[in-house]
Amino acid sequence: MAHSADADFKTRLQAWIPKLVLSPSVAMMLVFVYGFILFSVYLSFTDSRLLPSYGWVGFENYSKLWRLSHWEISLKNMGIFAALYISICTAIGLGLAIFLDQKIRGEGLLRPIYLYPMALSFIVTGTAWKWFLDPGIGLENVMHTWGWESFRFNWIKDRDFAIYTVVIAAVWQTSGFVMAMFLAGLRGIDNEILKAAQMDGASNWNLYRRIIIPQLRPAFLSAFVILSHLAIKTFDLVIALTGGGPGRATELPATFMYSYTFSRNQMGIGAASATIMLMTIAAIMIPYLYSELREKR
Amino acid sequence: MSVASQDTAIRTGRVTRKLIYLVLVLFALFYMLPLYVMLVNSVKPLSEITGGGMMNLPQAFTLEPWAKAWSSAQIGVEPTGLAPYFWNSIKMVVPAVAVSTVLGALNGYVLTKWRFKYDTILFGLMLFACFIPFQIVLIPMARMLGLMGLAGTTWGLALVHVVYGIGFTTLYFRNYYAVFPTELIRAAQIDGAGFFQIFWRILLPSSGPIAVVSVIWQFTNIWNDFLFGASFAGADSQPMTVALNNLVQASHGVKEYNVHFAGAILAAMPTLLVYIVAGRYFVRGLMAGSVKG
Amino acid sequence: MGFLDIDNTTKSYGSVEVLHKVDISIEEGEFLVLVGPSGCGKSTLLNMIAGLEEITSGEIRIKDNVMNGVHPSKRNIAMVFQSYALYPNMTVGQNITFGLEMHGVAKPEREKAMQDVARLLQIEQLLDRKPGQLSGGQRQRVAMGRALVRNPDVFLFDEPLSNLDAKLRVDMRTEIKKLHQSLGTTIVYVTHDQIEALTLSTRIAVMNGGYVQQLGTPQEIYDKPENIFVATFMGSPAMNVVPAVVRVDGGVPQAEIVLFDGSKARLPFSQPNLTAWDGRDILLGIRPEAITDHDSADRKSGNIASLSNRIVVTEPAGSDMFVSMQLGGKDVIARMRSDADVRAGQDFEFAVNMEKAIAFDPETEARIQP
Repeated sequence: MAHSADADFKTRLQAWIPKLVLSPSVAMMLVFVYGFILFSVYLSFTDSRLLPSYGWVGFENYSKLWRLSHWEISLKNMGIFAALYISICTAIGLGLAIFLDQKIRGEGLLRPIYLYPMALSFIVTGTAWKWFLDPGIGLENVMHTWGWESFRFNWIKDRDFAIYTVVIAAVWQTSGFVMAMFLAGLRGIDNEILKAAQMDGASNWNLYRRIIIPQLRPAFLSAFVILSHLAIKTFDLVIALTGGGPGRATELPATFMYSYTFSRNQMGIGAASATIMLMTIAAIMIPYLYSELREKR
Repeated sequence: MSVASQDTAIRTGRVTRKLIYLVLVLFALFYMLPLYVMLVNSVKPLSEITGGGMMNLPQAFTLEPWAKAWSSAQIGVEPTGLAPYFWNSIKMVVPAVAVSTVLGALNGYVLTKWRFKYDTILFGLMLFACFIPFQIVLIPMARMLGLMGLAGTTWGLALVHVVYGIGFTTLYFRNYYAVFPTELIRAAQIDGAGFFQIFWRILLPSSGPIAVVSVIWQFTNIWNDFLFGASFAGADSQPMTVALNNLVQASHGVKEYNVHFAGAILAAMPTLLVYIVAGRYFVRGLMAGSVKG
Repeated sequence: MGFLDIDNTTKSYGSVEVLHKVDISIEEGEFLVLVGPSGCGKSTLLNMIAGLEEITSGEIRIKDNVMNGVHPSKRNIAMVFQSYALYPNMTVGQNITFGLEMHGVAKPEREKAMQDVARLLQIEQLLDRKPGQLSGGQRQRVAMGRALVRNPDVFLFDEPLSNLDAKLRVDMRTEIKKLHQSLGTTIVYVTHDQIEALTLSTRIAVMNGGYVQQLGTPQEIYDKPENIFVATFMGSPAMNVVPAVVRVDGGVPQAEIVLFDGSKARLPFSQPNLTAWDGRDILLGIRPEAITDHDSADRKSGNIASLSNRIVVTEPAGSDMFVSMQLGGKDVIARMRSDADVRAGQDFEFAVNMEKAIAFDPETEARIQP
């Protein structure tokens, strides 16, 4: 009896080549992503300071972390930033997409204008907005020279409002991209369904509320996932725009981790904060990826 | 009876349409505003900006800020301008984009056309790697680059970008190849083509659109990266973004806003150029790739 | 040993067996059609012959060489795919010669082979075009050219006509049959279309649920179906299957069936051994063309029975007239000449050719062998 043991050499080689080709990427992924994650998580339970050190301290770094007002501010800022950033981006993105989908003349011109910010570095975005919002030379000063003497816009220097300037710049950078996601979703809706709904007498408002927007569920989900992960990873924008200031007014977990690890030589606490960031993103991404990959089957 | 000659089934009234146009144009202005500010202020003398003329067109046109940003501005301790850092970025971006795209193409090919047990789980692990907060790998990566003798080098940075870029390139190529007819692969197998012959002769010639997407995506992401550059680069391997930040944040001397804006445009130029030239494919590919997951 | 042997071959995915002990052997020059509904395992079997799917157990041999584990390109087979699978980036000429190139055939020989095939299929003027510029029928020809140029031992066709429109499908069917007749090639052909199976094949394997239900010539399959699945799957309109009771009268077994109004009629069988079934339920299978009016009943038949029943619907179909009635509580279709004088609601005297009638065991759904 002949079975696969008789497979000729070429066939057997062919069966191995795909796995060989994949292996460098898999090896890199296992070491540089998952190995490193384990290493960082391990460090968060050690007394590492300037350099990694392996003295086990249990949850001490975590309990220190949660007592730090600096961390508390970062988390609070994160909450404000993420909530506003995600909801405003989604609202603007959806609104612009719906408007652009009305057979707009000049769509070919408008779309790239909405989208180009995402080609820029957050450092560039931060620089531009930093000086535009600067009360000394930017908007406020311009208004004064234009004769509106009482105009005040100094959020970027105001501890209570600086975080909102981060929101403005971040929304500016990504809302066009969200628009593109919704536009793709809108263009994917079957026109015959819309025609049928109009035959049924649905107004435009009802058409969107009852028929179209419910069908955009996948686009909403993708937008939420992408925006929330961008929000948690926001780092460069804050560095360029406010440097975390004034004071600590715009610190986020990402900048917290960076400064504790590399400037304040508190590597254990830095690793603990990174672990918490990872777990937050994992809580959002894993269910999403799981459902996405399952549907494919 | 009105016949819907339009593609879309939705019709709007005249007033509504005017409002829609108004909103769309206002948002276009909002998106153009920072670019306008950067452009006009990069070609005027500093005095015009500090005098409250940020929104005005330049009265005395000058390219001095550009020249200064490029070749003589104080970056860190050296008055080198951004030029050397620009080349650092190029030296880092080109190999990283090339390697991660090639690996992504091969991975996508294997994961769709040579499927094996648990391949979806492997892909899921790769995909999740795209979304991790990179803070979690900063400390071990710094150690690893030291061990490999790549600490503070451009090659080290390129390696980091390859490692954390292949998840995305694999995603793009996998989604693209997933709808590539498997019967073509089978026909080629029967014709006697092997693994690489099929890839080279059958798949690759049809991969232009997605290769463009992968290259643009990687180019933009790597060029724009700040975190890895700030964490791992040495003094003479810093990328453009880090140098720009150093220029802008410098605490000594007079703040030369016009030079900052010129520098910002210089840092944005390559990605903007790519976006203008090939943005159409980029968006189309993003729609096909990341959104459909 | 035949030319192509499929010997006790099974296929499982994990613990699920999708093909159960398939045993088919064909001779050189035969045209075997694997036919069945989707999911019956016919394509899996074809892919196993091609080497695109592994064989779980059993053997497949071509010219007595065991093919298990042999790479597809080393089996000396060629395949025409449902989507044609033409390489989009290559010209027609390159598509046709790609296999030869991969097998290391020198360029002048490839050119000659390509020209020969192109002439045979009348696609010479298309050689420099890309597949995207071709019509469906032209793509079909190129796909066949790609297979022919290899001069393989066995041709495999995977539903090659299903993407064509109705008229083109009939034309290409004829063309494939002509090619087979003139070249004498050995072909295994998968389709779900029973007409394709009947017209093209020298032998048919009817498959369902991973089993070969019946293997035989088109005539055997059509006239002597082994079970109700084969009987109803092959032929259009499908064979009528009605419940009946066997009554023996004067030594002759008869089928007692219920008419539209509840009264009963008896039709004498031409199958003497059915006397053993006296008083038992059977299923009576009658093809539509075996129920006609008396004028057009088959004159060669020695057993035309008369059946009076009411017509429910008449459906003129050009060359034929389909007449439906209630028999044994089922809709039964009769196939008449197009000019038959029938109308709905009429009580009509049908002629039933009982020589063509088949009795099935209602328990096993298998044919009661004569």
